[in-house]
Amino acid sequence: MVAIRTKPDHHTYTFPGFGSEKFPNLLLRGAGDLNNWHLNVYEQQHEGYVAMKAALKMEPVAVTDEVKASGLRGRGGAGFPAGLKWSFMPKDSADRKFTRYLVCNADEGEPGTFKDRVILEYNPHQLIEGMIIGGWAMQCVTGYVYIRGEFLWLIEKLEAAIQEARDAGYLGKNILGTGWDYDILVHRGAGAYICGEETALLNSLEGRRGEPRVKPPFPAAKGAFGQPTTINNVETLAAVPPIMRMGGAEYAKIGSPKNSGTRIFGVSGHVKRPGIYELPMGTPMNFLVEELCGGSSTGKKIKAIIPGGASCPMLDEKDFDVPMDFDNLRARGSMGGSGGLIVMDESVCIVQATLRLIKFYAHESCGQCTPCREGCNWMEMILHRIEHGEGRPGDLELLSSLTPRIAGRTLCPLGDAACGPMDSALQKFRHEFEHHITHKTCYVQGSRLLSTVGAH
Amino acid sequence: MNHPQSPETSKEPLAPGQRLPESERKEFSAEALAEIQGIMAKYPEKLAATLPALHIAQREFGFVSLAAMKAVAKAIGIPEGHVFGVATFYTMYQKAPVGKYHFSVCTNISCALRGAAQLLEKVCEKTGVKPGAGPSPDGMWSVEEVECLAGCGVAPCVQVNHDVYDELVDEQKLIEVMEACKRGEYRPWAQ
Repeated sequence: MVAIRTKPDHHTYTFPGFGSEKFPNLLLRGAGDLNNWHLNVYEQQHEGYVAMKAALKMEPVAVTDEVKASGLRGRGGAGFPAGLKWSFMPKDSADRKFTRYLVCNADEGEPGTFKDRVILEYNPHQLIEGMIIGGWAMQCVTGYVYIRGEFLWLIEKLEAAIQEARDAGYLGKNILGTGWDYDILVHRGAGAYICGEETALLNSLEGRRGEPRVKPPFPAAKGAFGQPTTINNVETLAAVPPIMRMGGAEYAKIGSPKNSGTRIFGVSGHVKRPGIYELPMGTPMNFLVEELCGGSSTGKKIKAIIPGGASCPMLDEKDFDVPMDFDNLRARGSMGGSGGLIVMDESVCIVQATLRLIKFYAHESCGQCTPCREGCNWMEMILHRIEHGEGRPGDLELLSSLTPRIAGRTLCPLGDAACGPMDSALQKFRHEFEHHITHKTCYVQGSRLLSTVGAH
Repeated sequence: MNHPQSPETSKEPLAPGQRLPESERKEFSAEALAEIQGIMAKYPEKLAATLPALHIAQREFGFVSLAAMKAVAKAIGIPEGHVFGVATFYTMYQKAPVGKYHFSVCTNISCALRGAAQLLEKVCEKTGVKPGAGPSPDGMWSVEEVECLAGCGVAPCVQVNHDVYDELVDEQKLIEVMEACKRGEYRPWAQ
């Protein structure tokens, strides 16, 4: 048995009023307390496994209907209704029996996103409970948790938590007398951002290169090991126990219309109190940034905010009041994404920031589709020369002609993700790029986001 | 995809069918082999043990050399080419030797906003190695520039071997971490 890491972290998890009716605490119970991960704490203090015991007495279809009624939308980025996704799984018939799998996507690698890590650190049993309920609803045989390889200490913790659940009889053979066998396995990734894409994740789980597959067939028809599979994000699955406890209809009342429930927002960058905040969907962005995070940490004005992880188009000042849910962010030309806010103040050179983001996509492109592999590399090279004072007239037109040739022309959304920040930066901060090309230097002096030693 | 770092081979590239010289071959220990067998049994297909077995190879041999990939292929009973393809796809499998303490510095946007570029330069200065350029002459340090480590809120974020240090804001903390490494307080890279 390995020792579980007990090093405290320095994130902020709470704020005045958190846990009240206005700001329900459904996902972060006990966050910050390193002892919170144990089964007995979860059961005694946080109504642990109550929902699972109730769900196992229900018909599997009724559980899926409850999740449907809650209106829960996938928290990984796309915002697809979770209950609907569950209902796509084929059911056993008299002449055909299926082996079904549930996969939890814990390959958290989106820059600016650090929410799943908190659940794994402080509430792994809530995820396990959610996976048992999901497994029951879809009558799966195994649940796989695909965790990014860098989270070794969280893998050790989750495995210890799963063992506690096995010992309690919540996993294994004939769970609580239902006659249903189910177990959860942890699979460690090895440092590829692309494996957060569901079909790339499946390939990686099967022991292959993490290259996305052609869809259809969709995972619900042919997923892990060729069998019907559902892939859900950590936060989505962790939201299932509260839904079953309070009832789908009650959960649907939280948040904004068609975007129900609470969501974990991670705020990073130039704010006074960066950290993790669980808020009802549809909370205005400036309330989070100004009130809860204390506004700019540098005293300079906030210039741009990326509202949901690096892949989302950035927003400028006029959109800081946007209610943070999938539909409202889409209406303003961005995305709900993974809920990671990156706040940039006036000292940031947008050209440098964009170059750093595009460098990430060029590095992480799996290389399978030409538009993404070549396009991201070319965007990086063009931005690199603009940043280093070698920009040419016509470079900006070249960049804007590249993005429509990448977005929508690849197997997976990584290409589109690279175009989001690129297009929005060009559209909203074009003067900075122009300044770079004509004056060979940054529009804002003193911004240093890029290292000078080596490159990877 | 600009990271196809080829694995360290013997001085000459191998011709088809040619075997590695005996001195360069790697064999798993009996415990590691048993561990790999145990992992294979957990999955419906033995191919799924490729990633976990490569992690074990990295732990056993310090890095994933060509010989280590061959050992993995033999242990699972799958083609060597498959293991080679997988090992070179994933960045966490080090294809060349690393130091006893391997620093992964995140320089992505959230960390960069809070001084990751300067921190990376500091780490390089203090350890005397360049990112991705192999270990220092004494074998103690190596440095790598990586993408998001999910410690954005308390950036900049550094991983030393397998542990994330996400409150590493200043030079003072970096010196503390390096001192603790020298005292052997951190989990070593390979067991």
